[in-house]
Amino acid sequence: MEKILEVKNLSVEFYKGGKVIQALRDTSLTLKRNEVLGIVGESGCGKSTLALSILKLIPEKEGRVISGEILFKGEDLLRLSDEKLLQIRGDRISIIFQDPFTSLNPVFKISKQIAESLVLHKKENLSTQQMEKEVIELLELVKLPKPKDTMLSYPHQLSGGMQQRVMIAISLSSNPEILIADEPTTALDVTIQKEILNLLTELQKKLGLSVVLITHDFGIVAQTCQRVSVMYAGIIVEEASTSEIFHNPLHPYTKGLLESLPSREELPSSSQGKKRRLKAIPGQVPDPSNLPSGCKFHPRCPKVIEDCKPEEPRLREIVKNHWVRCIRAVY
Amino acid sequence: MLQYIVRRLLFMIPLLLGITIITFVIVHLSPGGPADMLTGLSPKVSAEAKARLHSLYGLDKPLHVQYWLWLSRLVRFDFGRSFKDGRLVIIKILERLPATLLLNVLSLLLIFFIALPIGVISAVRQDSFFDKGMTVFVFLGFSVPAFWLALLLMVLFGVVLGWLPISGMHSVNFPYFSFWGKLWDIIKHLILPVFVSAFGGLAYLSRYSRTSMLEVLRQDYIRTARAKGLSEKKVIYRHALRNALIPIVTLLGLSLPALIGGGFIFETIFAWPGMGRLGYQAIMARDYPVIMGVGVIAALLTLLGNLIADITYAFIDPRIRYR
Ligand SMILES: Nc1ncnc2c1ncn2[C@@H]1O[C@H](COP(=O)(O)OP(=O)(O)OP(=O)(O)O)[C@@H](O)[C@H]1O
Ligand SMILES: [Mg+2]
Repeated sequence: MEKILEVKNLSVEFYKGGKVIQALRDTSLTLKRNEVLGIVGESGCGKSTLALSILKLIPEKEGRVISGEILFKGEDLLRLSDEKLLQIRGDRISIIFQDPFTSLNPVFKISKQIAESLVLHKKENLSTQQMEKEVIELLELVKLPKPKDTMLSYPHQLSGGMQQRVMIAISLSSNPEILIADEPTTALDVTIQKEILNLLTELQKKLGLSVVLITHDFGIVAQTCQRVSVMYAGIIVEEASTSEIFHNPLHPYTKGLLESLPSREELPSSSQGKKRRLKAIPGQVPDPSNLPSGCKFHPRCPKVIEDCKPEEPRLREIVKNHWVRCIRAVY
Repeated sequence: MLQYIVRRLLFMIPLLLGITIITFVIVHLSPGGPADMLTGLSPKVSAEAKARLHSLYGLDKPLHVQYWLWLSRLVRFDFGRSFKDGRLVIIKILERLPATLLLNVLSLLLIFFIALPIGVISAVRQDSFFDKGMTVFVFLGFSVPAFWLALLLMVLFGVVLGWLPISGMHSVNFPYFSFWGKLWDIIKHLILPVFVSAFGGLAYLSRYSRTSMLEVLRQDYIRTARAKGLSEKKVIYRHALRNALIPIVTLLGLSLPALIGGGFIFETIFAWPGMGRLGYQAIMARDYPVIMGVGVIAALLTLLGNLIADITYAFIDPRIRYR
């Protein structure tokens, strides 16, 4: 399949209180056309940073890309002029965020926030009625009941699930090729989570989207993704197809994440059921301004040996299309 | 919305009552009475004569009776007559009101239209040369007492350079000017008082706008606006500004009392023929009816200003409008 997006050796740093936070360290990943790629990892391992970097949305005052390339159909987004970037951001590549409650502008009606995107990306000269029709179509696409009422509401009058649907409608208003979804369901109730995920999966198929789905929940991955990248401390530690990851997890971190899920049999159908933590990984994600030497997982790893400590392991292709960054991994 | 406004207007009644009671008590309890002032504090005037003056003004009755009498006249819009010249208080105030309104409205506009852009630009270009320069200006604005600045500017522009008049609202030969001459004359007289009365507010509001704008720029919906592919201009002036305005409008409403209160000082310094100066003179003469009249009108202006601010606030913020 055609590679639509390639992140190559991306490093991103934040600067805060005199400290350098290494949020991404030499991270690479590839998104193919029409696939849903999952990015999984605990809180603070750099998932959002990766998502934001792709669209150059890291606030300049807070951090910056140190090195790397982000190739969209072969063109490096990091080296585009501002003007060219705006033709891709929100147009060819859209993004939705974790918290729908704060992601919509509180002072504008929904219709305005959607229409603004429509005008910007394709329909400059629509009459008011045509514009209204387009907005309603988008709201219907994301299955909002009573689109006419919703259109005239302000964000605070909608529930979280509805707000996230509106965000999805906005992100799809430009017929993008890529959708980046940064934990789109984390802030929502369990039942609503499911609805939104189903909607995303359905739209992905219907519109032929390529999706990067960020989550910290392997259950969601099982339901929606074809491939998964597991991140830890700003770097990819394992990458494979979803079924491969579930059947042959090789990195101890991936294993730990999978073991912390509710019973395996319940997967992939219902991971959300009762969120019983069977076995959490002991210890904590390392402080990205003060990372350990060698393999960044070694202080928490049950299989740690002396050789893990001096040097960070390379990403190895252990079997075809199954990559892992662990010196102890054997197939 | 209409219901909200009516409710707010009704709520103003007890507030005004409270304000008048407090003013009334303070005014009547402060040392020295109108009789002392009229007789020039002369010890030769007998106590008997003073007592006569007191009963003439009704000051011999108990305080609550006096207040009740005053209030019952007030509800008929009868503010009484000045102790000093016997003219109707309401007429005296109405003569002065336009000058005060002109000064305050201009100051408010100046504050809003200068401080807001300064604050917004400082926030957008945080830590730039402009931002740092403005920080110094704000620091000065906070620390320089306005009356001192007034005197300084009067000396510089009025005396040393001779560019601007330093007192009053018109020149002596005002009636002989053409229309444009008159306008220009008033403008020249306005420059210093408006600038001085706006000065403190300018510093305060520009800093506040900066803070408010910085706060808004950190919000998720600003990131969403950027993610849509909007230009930075649109992100700032369409998405951020409207949100940043919400607290600023409230603050502007709240700065009204300070402006009107400051008027008592600035109008006196610049001999501005406004209500503040009238009030100041009345206080000096213990002219109770005029003091009370000015107090009521000033309180009313303040409350109306706050109401306007709240309505504007609801207008900008749908979360207030549709609860
Ligand atoms: N604007 C910022 N300024 C300073 N540090 C930041 C900033 N954004 C992120 N970081 C730091 O970078 C690291 C990676 O953060 P990131 O938000 O990418 O993690 P995440 O994997 O998305 O976590 P979560 O699951 O909590 O969303 C964290 O340690 C975080 O504290
Ligand atoms: Mg995140």
